[in-house]
Amino acid sequence: MAVDTKKCVGCSDCVVACQTENNVPIGYCRDWVTEVTDGTYPQLEIEIRSERCNHCENAPCVRCCPTGASQFAEGGIVLVEHDRCIGCGACIASCPYDARYPHPDGYVDKCTFCIHRVDKGLKPACVSVCPTKCLYFGDLDDPNSDVSVVLKKRKWKTLIPEAGTRPQLYFLI
Amino acid sequence: MKEELIVSGRMNHLIDPQLHIWHWHIPLYLFLGGLAAGILFFAALYTILGKEKEYPTAVKIAPFITPIILVVGLMALFLDLNHKLYFWRLYTTIRLQSPMSWGAWTLMVVTPISVIWCALNIKEIFPNWKWKYEFIDELDAFFRKNLKTLSWVLLISSLILGVYTGILFSAFNARPLWNTSILGPLFLASGLSTGAAAILLMSKSHHERLAFARIDLMLIGIEMFLIIHMFMGFLASTQVHIDAASLFLGGPYTTPFWLFVVTLGLAVPALLETLELKGFKLPAMIAPILVLFGGIVFRFIIAYAGQVSRWLY
Repeated sequence: MAVDTKKCVGCSDCVVACQTENNVPIGYCRDWVTEVTDGTYPQLEIEIRSERCNHCENAPCVRCCPTGASQFAEGGIVLVEHDRCIGCGACIASCPYDARYPHPDGYVDKCTFCIHRVDKGLKPACVSVCPTKCLYFGDLDDPNSDVSVVLKKRKWKTLIPEAGTRPQLYFLI
Repeated sequence: MKEELIVSGRMNHLIDPQLHIWHWHIPLYLFLGGLAAGILFFAALYTILGKEKEYPTAVKIAPFITPIILVVGLMALFLDLNHKLYFWRLYTTIRLQSPMSWGAWTLMVVTPISVIWCALNIKEIFPNWKWKYEFIDELDAFFRKNLKTLSWVLLISSLILGVYTGILFSAFNARPLWNTSILGPLFLASGLSTGAAAILLMSKSHHERLAFARIDLMLIGIEMFLIIHMFMGFLASTQVHIDAASLFLGGPYTTPFWLFVVTLGLAVPALLETLELKGFKLPAMIAPILVLFGGIVFRFIIAYAGQVSRWLY
């Protein structure tokens, strides 16, 4: 997925769409908006990012999971199989993005890129509702997918690549 | 001045504003696991070396507490799980990349051996003990015949248990404070040291006490060396690692760490043990109790401070 930080206005529609689509319990979120302001007043710059699990290629959460509940689905989406998860918290502690949370029902929960929608050929809920169309989703191995096309055209960055997880959430800058 | 201000809309319970997913259960378990590993290591070592007569407490008496502390530790681990009814999933897979997985399997080896070890030595506590069923006598004879093999298995698995308590933390690259491979040997040295301290507390033989005071002194020296190396490593690493070290060098964990762990838990018992070895008569309980106290505080501090340390982006 790619997030256009120049188009995102921080409306949090993605957050609400995700909570509704995935029945995220009240008080929790699988995606969130971060605003970073930097510079010296009055020369300030603001970057707005819609953030979620980075579905890392070298995912520490998958590596640390003692039961194999955290796993890669076909295509690279990182998923938690709820009835294999023992709720030990190892994956939560291992995520440098703090993208996971303990669900009140006991298991660990996180962004699934709405795999249930993607399997049907739909886009993730956050992508489909975004009013500024700042989210691009698709298969990175397919050179003609929305996300591959936009990553070829624009400059981008990933968050803390130095943590060594090879994150797959790209921020257009 | 150029400044950066980050505002996040995320406020997940136990994650924000600061990670607090692991509470008292994990450090308590790590302390008990390290302690059990230490006691069982010495029991196995002196059995292999054929010195059971020289070190009777280490080989025959001290291991009696290990099944109890291992079970208490396992109960703490169980209480820590959020999805408790699925705990058996740990034993449906072996995942070599996950320290928690092979730690769980190591416990599956160490805990039964600790029970067998107690059963073999039960006559030390109850001299008239008789097993009710014949097959237990047969098992008893079988393990006695293969005591050396059993000791080797115990020696190796207790070392793995001791190292694993530290590696559990260092496998998490998301928490810079934990992300140092020194934690493995450091927790092992600390576990062996607390094991030696527990033997010191229980031993009545002067010869055995002096031997374990010497061992403990050496282990404390190793711990000091590893702690200094850990900080040198952090300070020569990236900014997040420097920030992690600064939690202990002026940050909120400075006093608890340097006062309770290093001074009271390492330096003072080392001094007392040195004086004891030189022939001074001192209350024998103080040094080992301080070592055990330092061991448990050390694990609490590392577990809590590690969750504070993080990558910033």
